[in-house]
Amino acid sequence: MGTSPEVFREVLAALGNEVVIPPRPNRRTLSLGTKYSPEFACLPYKILMGSYLEAIEMGADTIVASGGVGPCRAGQYAPLHELILRDLGHEVDVIVFEPPRLDLRDFLGKISALNAKGLSAWQIIKLIQAGLKKLGALDSLERLSHRVRARELVRGSTTPVYRKALQLVYAAQGAREIDEAYSRAEGLLREVPQKSGYEPLKVGIVGEIYVLLEPSANLEIEEALGEMGVETERSIYLTGWTRESKLLGKPGRYNRTRVKEVAGPYLGEMIGGHGQDSVGHAVMYAKRGFDGVIQLAPFTCIPEIVAKSVLERVSREFALPVLSITLDEQTGKAGLLTRLEAFVDLMKRRRR
Amino acid sequence: MEVYLGVDVGSVSTDLALIDDDGNAVESLYLRTNGQPIRAVQEGIRVLARRIGPGVAVRGAGTTGSARRLAGVMIGADVVKNEITAHAVAALKVVPEVQTVLEIGGQDSKLILIRDGVVVDFAMNTVCAAGTGSFLDHQASRLGIPIERFGEIALRSKHPVRIAGRCGVFAESDMVHKQQMGYAVEDIIAGLCEALVRNYLNNVARGKQILGPVVFQGGVAANEGIRAAFEKNLGQPVIVPPFHGVMGAIGVALLAKEEVERTGRTGFRGFALSEFDFRTSSFECQGCANRCEVVEVRLGSEVQARWGDRCGRWSDLERPVQRPDESECLSCAG
Repeated sequence: MGTSPEVFREVLAALGNEVVIPPRPNRRTLSLGTKYSPEFACLPYKILMGSYLEAIEMGADTIVASGGVGPCRAGQYAPLHELILRDLGHEVDVIVFEPPRLDLRDFLGKISALNAKGLSAWQIIKLIQAGLKKLGALDSLERLSHRVRARELVRGSTTPVYRKALQLVYAAQGAREIDEAYSRAEGLLREVPQKSGYEPLKVGIVGEIYVLLEPSANLEIEEALGEMGVETERSIYLTGWTRESKLLGKPGRYNRTRVKEVAGPYLGEMIGGHGQDSVGHAVMYAKRGFDGVIQLAPFTCIPEIVAKSVLERVSREFALPVLSITLDEQTGKAGLLTRLEAFVDLMKRRRR
Repeated sequence: MEVYLGVDVGSVSTDLALIDDDGNAVESLYLRTNGQPIRAVQEGIRVLARRIGPGVAVRGAGTTGSARRLAGVMIGADVVKNEITAHAVAALKVVPEVQTVLEIGGQDSKLILIRDGVVVDFAMNTVCAAGTGSFLDHQASRLGIPIERFGEIALRSKHPVRIAGRCGVFAESDMVHKQQMGYAVEDIIAGLCEALVRNYLNNVARGKQILGPVVFQGGVAANEGIRAAFEKNLGQPVIVPPFHGVMGAIGVALLAKEEVERTGRTGFRGFALSEFDFRTSSFECQGCANRCEVVEVRLGSEVQARWGDRCGRWSDLERPVQRPDESECLSCAG
């Protein structure tokens, strides 16, 4: 998702696997995925299905995926994917990583299954640490890109520089190189000519994890908003999420306990997926004085449907504009842009 | 006389409106787009020019609707605006205290909430077109009734039949069933109006607070039956403005006026544009896996605009000439 595949490729390759990464999800991915998925499966499921098929075309015999916890269908997706892939005659193994805090032995077992080179436990820990460090650097870079893009002097000038900056971090090996690459990448982004004294509108983006993290699934909403001069902040970044799932390390700034606490008066139950998080984060954005919140939900995603109704109340109580966007394979960019433009107009007029 | 032009090119209709210096509509026009926005815009401009005659100067122009970019390039628009903002601006001009705008057009419907003269929330239907003009059109022709008389017939009904309105497909089969059962046609039509209103309120307006004054606009607002069903459901009067069918065009004309008053100049190409040779073509960019479909608008042989590319290598006309098979993308990593 997003910038992360490169890092997973690196870790898996270091363990001694030959790794293929399917192309960035595109129209072909989606049509493949839609063809071989149940119609009412959600967009993330269909994109993954398409990506798996593309990876198999490229020669993959094993698929490494992440699982999920709580009452969200995503937890069953990997087994269903595997079943359908086998029905199609592809003899692939699917290895699903669940959060280690739930079953440490299962987690370690899967790591060792992928440990083709027979690296020592210490080497593996080092490897994972470096991977997380790189993921963290990529996330920071992305956050920065959203700040810079909103202020860019020439529309569209940030994105190519950001791509170049990503390459620097991708190429770095080991902790020291990652640090160096990050500061060079950061420098590149900061050099993009920016408007001075411009206070962009600030929008918080909440919703289901996959469509939040994968720009091709949300029709590059953050890029589009940035180029309209709007600064965005997302409720979920991959490194934040892995930390919350206690893969490694300590909770970050937005720990789940806090999210649950602020969501409590509106939605007291964990309803699966990221429904409660969407509500909690929206409340936090409201309290921080954001101009608006956008919710991204895959079509038929129950947790986000529930969150959407609850967000109406949050919106009323905090006088916070909220725009809910439902994404599926039918969603067109033109319709999305119309809504975004109208939403930006709305926020601008409110500010005046 | 000095006027401002607004053009709203939607999927079903192309509307044009002229407003005077006080922002009042002086002329309006409604055409079918028929999937050919360029022709519709040119035809509209031609008819408008003929109607107003010489001696009227267009001081500014704006476009809205799903073909707003294309239309904007064609007419040399000073403002290219989304239809939600355009509709809100027009409603505020007619009813300054308006708090709710219901808008039902050919293929989409919207709800706009306004408080203290500012848009605070909106919703648009996404996947479902059950409650929109196209569906009504289809049902009218199936029943052999001209769409213009649909509303008047609905009002004649004393006992509207209950029609399943959640989905267009179910609504249609339910209507057929009720016809076969022998219900009167006016009761079926009135029932359909109520079903559509229920559908709109449950889907588009779900969870939103509808406060009066309520303004109802868009092509479907011409339908008295739908208006009556809204009034019954909402328990308050629903205002249908005189130019309800072209409110998007009026709104964007008002925005163009604002813009021209600020900048002091207009890019409007003049009525002669109805004779210009505009052409569009498209190609698939091979620069990366996104395979963007790029649209190109030409006037004669000169490229006026391009869009559809994510990375901007085509939209930026200042960049040196490129070929579609060039294996370079401005935004991809690869």
